[in-house]
Amino acid sequence: MTVVDNDAKGSVATPPKGIGPMQRREARLAFFMLAPTFLIILAIVMGPLLANFWISVKPVGLADLRPPSVLVNERERGKPKAVGDAVTLEYRLRNSSQDKEIRDVVLTDTLPAGFIPDVVPEGCAIEGSTFTCDLGTVPEKWRERLRLEGTVQAAFLAEDRIDHNAVVTGDSDNVLTNLEFTLENFYAVFDGDEFWSVLRVSFYYTIFGTGGALVLGLFAAQLLNTSFKGRGFLRGLFLFPYVSPVIAVAFTWVVLFDPFSGTFNALLTKMGVVASPINFFGQRAVEFSLFGIPLEFPLALSTVIAFEAWRYFPLSFLFILARMQSVNTDMYEAAEMDGATPMQQFWYISLPQLVGILSVLFLLRFIWTFNKFDDIFLLTGGNAGTRTLTVDVYEKAFALSNLGAGAAVAVVVFVVLVTFASLFLHFSSKEEGL
Amino acid sequence: MPYSGTLITVLTGAIWGAVSMIVCGVTLTLVTGEIAIPQVGAAALAGIASALVVVLGGGLGRIVRSMLISAAVMFVVLMAITFAAPFSLPLERASLFQAVALLAFLGSVSFANAACLKGTTLGAMTRYDREVVYIRVFKGLGFVLFTIMVALPFYVMVMTSLKSQQSLLGNPLDLSIDLSQGIAPLFRSYVELFTKYNFGTYLTVSAVVSVATVLLTLLFSVPGAYAVSRLRFPGRSMLSRSILLIYMVPAIVLVIPLYAVFSQLGLRNSLIGLLIVYPATTIPVALYMLQGYFRGLPAELEEAGLMDGLTRMGVILKITLPLSLPALASVSLYVFMIAWNEFLFAFMFLDDPDIFTLSRGVVALNSSEVPRQHLMAGAVIATVPVLAIFLWFERFLVQGLTAGSVKG
Repeated sequence: MTVVDNDAKGSVATPPKGIGPMQRREARLAFFMLAPTFLIILAIVMGPLLANFWISVKPVGLADLRPPSVLVNERERGKPKAVGDAVTLEYRLRNSSQDKEIRDVVLTDTLPAGFIPDVVPEGCAIEGSTFTCDLGTVPEKWRERLRLEGTVQAAFLAEDRIDHNAVVTGDSDNVLTNLEFTLENFYAVFDGDEFWSVLRVSFYYTIFGTGGALVLGLFAAQLLNTSFKGRGFLRGLFLFPYVSPVIAVAFTWVVLFDPFSGTFNALLTKMGVVASPINFFGQRAVEFSLFGIPLEFPLALSTVIAFEAWRYFPLSFLFILARMQSVNTDMYEAAEMDGATPMQQFWYISLPQLVGILSVLFLLRFIWTFNKFDDIFLLTGGNAGTRTLTVDVYEKAFALSNLGAGAAVAVVVFVVLVTFASLFLHFSSKEEGL
Repeated sequence: MPYSGTLITVLTGAIWGAVSMIVCGVTLTLVTGEIAIPQVGAAALAGIASALVVVLGGGLGRIVRSMLISAAVMFVVLMAITFAAPFSLPLERASLFQAVALLAFLGSVSFANAACLKGTTLGAMTRYDREVVYIRVFKGLGFVLFTIMVALPFYVMVMTSLKSQQSLLGNPLDLSIDLSQGIAPLFRSYVELFTKYNFGTYLTVSAVVSVATVLLTLLFSVPGAYAVSRLRFPGRSMLSRSILLIYMVPAIVLVIPLYAVFSQLGLRNSLIGLLIVYPATTIPVALYMLQGYFRGLPAELEEAGLMDGLTRMGVILKITLPLSLPALASVSLYVFMIAWNEFLFAFMFLDDPDIFTLSRGVVALNSSEVPRQHLMAGAVIATVPVLAIFLWFERFLVQGLTAGSVKG
């Protein structure tokens, strides 16, 4: 009975529970194939990302990257002429750090052949030809001379040595690894008006740079959506700004718009458009009045934004063109039959079709423009009212040698970015993905 | 509006006359170094005359004939108003170039008017017909604007690199090439960069770093992309999603910790350091692009391969990779471009002029002691290889750009 029962049970097909051996093998293979990628990204992207948070709460400067050490200078005193003459080996020791002690300092040296030590300094010992000194903890700015007196034998005189193989080891506090924390960096970042103006400039740059690139890209895509002779050539040409190295195009712009020897300013002045050359990348603002209200036009920032739009319009142009070419032409024919004018066709057919790609492009480019460092750094160096958050990171960390403060600004950059990225994820699930 | 056609004709003619004159005048100035001040008002009037001829002549049938008549009328109008100096230059200075510029002006305005005003009448026009003309004019202006906007900086870059210090300071407008001095002095900036400024080494270093980055990236991203697109494992969909997030992490956030750690490890001032960082930043992009492509390949082919006794490795090497050569090409080119153009890490990490990449080398030229034409020559040297590769493989690169790149 029971046997039959079991058989009946077995014949009913049930889906296997959990994952079977085949699938487990597949998963293992997948993890094996992904592991190297995973590790390198963990080490070079995620690790530094976390380390950045760590550094941002540390009082660490550029100079702290070189750990303090005891420097040693070894020389021979007395000029032994014959066997039995006295000679002194002198070690001059110095703590390289001005503000940090070094612990467990040990000096090790190999004594020259034929040297018989007489007086061994305190804390030192000689074993065979090895001379060791345990110096314990030395304070900052510490200086010391160690004298090892002795007499010489024939072997010492025979050799013409340059003996500089004394080694000093020691431990010191590494600011990067100890547990000393400070919020000083963040106070410094948020304190003062500078931060808010930097944040404002960042947003102007990002919004107008992205918007400009999108509008130019949309316009360029309209131009090349029809087929004509030379279209391939123009498409290639339009991609030049994006494909070229940023240093090349940025310096070209700087040369082109130079107030003294730049071609553009020479054109403007010689043709009588402006009276005196304009310093496009150096002048913070141009004042003008509209209906009697004095206004300021941020010149350098606008030029930098123009560069951004110029350099990145090719990208939006490519995406928009690709999307436009996939729009069904039947709709235009139908609209044509119904008497829709070209503008109406653009507004009511083309644009709604492009809204998806435009919004995704806007969000992605927004994030990337916000992250941009190279362009502004090369064009203006962050001067004349063009300092964005990313340039501020560099300025604080490397120009002012305060790594901690730079990292604190980088944390701000990252926080703003995470906000954008979550926005992007939120929208990209609804709009077409890329 | 009963005369809307007339208004459109006049406006179109004036716009094209003015724009074409500005473009021709500026080009003439840049090519010859003579300061040509374009007579915009006169040109606009000539443009209007041409537009009227084209519209009225449209009834005559032959488009070529009406264009010829329009050019002749324009010539007369322009010469009469400007007293035979359309570029404010006496005719005997740079006569040949002036003649060419004048011909270009007459031809382009006639052509633009004929192209934009096809089917236009001087009487009332429907909204549809009016908008057709607006769009033609806008597109025409767009072509002019974009071409100049893109080409001018590159033209200035190349021409400046061929000039000498004195002539640059003497007349910044003069971007002509002085061929009379012979070929060798023309390229003196380049010769000097390669002999005195070590640019040969930079070029080699850049090439080595970029190619090595491509190889390393492919080595890591091909298996990764294959796993994400073909194999089932827990967390797969989350992973393919978070790849995109990783490549939104800004380099500037990574640069401080990497600088600190690499300094302590002695990796900072070395190419090894760069070759660790570059692939790490490109692998996510490459993985994302490749997995999209792998997904599009028919899985049945691979299953057939597995049934016939190939291992997974064999399937990838013998079936998947040969099928995805176009994708591999675009990914490689795209990664090459990123590595070649990379600036931030090269700038932060490299101090030793013997291992500068081109980006780092050109930045080093940006000082007041180095003349400007050297800087521009350096920019040309950095740009030419990547542009040449781009033009050669444009199809693949455009594919690569649209497939995964929203980065840059």
